[in-house]
Amino acid sequence: MSVLIFTELDNGSLRRSSLEAVFFGAEVAKLLGTTATALAIGPAENSELELAGNYGTAKVLHASDVRLAQANSMAYASTLAAAVEQVGAKVVIIAKSALGDAVAARLAGKLKAGLVSNVVELPDGDASNLRVKRSIYTGKAFAVTEMTSEIKIITIRKNAVAPEASETKAEVEAFSTTPNEQDFAAKVTGVEKADGEVPLTEADIIVSGGRGMKGPENWGILEDFAHALHAATGCSKPVSDLDWRPHHEHIGQTGIKVSPNLYVACGISGAIQHLAGVNGSKVIVVINKDPEAPFFKAADYGIVGDVFEVLPRLTKAVQSAG
Amino acid sequence: MKILVCVTSVPDTTAKISFTDGDTKFNKAGVQYITGPYDDYALSRAIELKEQSGGTVTVLNVGEADSEPVIRKCLAIGADDAIRVNAEPTDAFFVAEQIAAIAKEETYDLILMGRESIDFNGGQVHGIVGELLGLPSYSPVMKLDVDGKTAKIAREIEGGKETLEASLPLVLGCQEPIAEWKIPNMRGIMSARTKPLKVVEPVGNHTLTRVQKYELPPPKGACKLIPADQAETLIKLLRTEAKVL
Repeated sequence: MSVLIFTELDNGSLRRSSLEAVFFGAEVAKLLGTTATALAIGPAENSELELAGNYGTAKVLHASDVRLAQANSMAYASTLAAAVEQVGAKVVIIAKSALGDAVAARLAGKLKAGLVSNVVELPDGDASNLRVKRSIYTGKAFAVTEMTSEIKIITIRKNAVAPEASETKAEVEAFSTTPNEQDFAAKVTGVEKADGEVPLTEADIIVSGGRGMKGPENWGILEDFAHALHAATGCSKPVSDLDWRPHHEHIGQTGIKVSPNLYVACGISGAIQHLAGVNGSKVIVVINKDPEAPFFKAADYGIVGDVFEVLPRLTKAVQSAG
Repeated sequence: MKILVCVTSVPDTTAKISFTDGDTKFNKAGVQYITGPYDDYALSRAIELKEQSGGTVTVLNVGEADSEPVIRKCLAIGADDAIRVNAEPTDAFFVAEQIAAIAKEETYDLILMGRESIDFNGGQVHGIVGELLGLPSYSPVMKLDVDGKTAKIAREIEGGKETLEASLPLVLGCQEPIAEWKIPNMRGIMSARTKPLKVVEPVGNHTLTRVQKYELPPPKGACKLIPADQAETLIKLLRTEAKVL
């Protein structure tokens, strides 16, 4: 009986979303009166993995088999399943991401475990009846859900919990399993990644642009504002459809769903499909020259004005205030 | 090539969501149902692949009788036949078991579906089906080409994309821009009426999750408007009032 957290590494560093997952897992362990262990897969220094201890786990299992260096959802799920068995985990916590989602689904199939995705806050109940609240209908509603299986898997959305860090370091222990050949059947032929950028799903602040930006050549003013705020940039569906911005920046019903602290929409009218992707945000700011833009109804703060005038002013205001 | 496309019947993206029976049931009244948008991408690509290199496309839905209009639309777009597993799709594992049971009866080269349904947004079913059938699964797939027995895939990863090659059979969760959505034409609609739609009863009863109660988000307060010529005030408010900077 314990809680196991799957943590994701990015170039040897624990992802911020994974540290949230560690904190979430440690809180669940407290609720259940048990301990939390983390699993990290891939190359990383012990000094980095120890940091998981800051968020409440005493131990980190480290699977560093060279074949696991490249993210592989099926091989990672097999490794995670072996770790579940070793520590006798009854609850598994995973941060939502492209990899996390895939690993969670494969693990659920392997363990015949109930899996609840997009969980938005800490659970309540006890070991026999753990209740979690998940976002459904693309953010339009919530479902309080119980898992009836012996092993329970929870994937959490960003900001499901506000982590508090301590100075405690975790003990790192090597973890090895025999890789399952089937998991390596595919040949990876290429990886394209925008390095050094904060992934949208992890960003605290997102500045996003729509058709009101009038063209890809105008993204500079939006990026200046984003840089001043240390924010990630996103876009609406028409913008990615027009190839003004890459598809992985598309936020909305059929794109990425985000739940940052602050979402700033520039020149986005606020179609219901776009709102569906952002309604988990804590604070929404809308800048649009059309006062009738539906997005204002979903916003906390709004500026009716021309993005080409407003954005540079905002950038300056952030910079001058330091 | 034999392709199985699993589709969901879900409330339209613009539907107003509400609940009945003490917030324990979804209120279907006045709600228009559509094919899951991601499933639509999967189906469109399946039909394109069939047009390129022959084969069949079978549509599979786990749902009650009221999902038949969505299934007929999939047939009108170009699927050859359809199977409906007569059960309410309440749990990802249960749905995956139904799909796996159908897939074990016939050998499909590709099992495609959307990356997630837009009602429960779990994004779990393709991974569980892959695991139950012992097949690789990939998601979210943005590009799919088939060359003989090899699939060439591009899928989204955090902040970018990964391309890979894998041998059929495979289970894939799809998203745009894998294909353009197809709109049924009159001939398709006419022929869909007579295409085979088989209804089968579900196997097993392994629901592993249960919804106790639904909730709607609290209503949003009024939007505070800041004049454009005082845009700087916004930054101050975000710092001192909203405390997000």
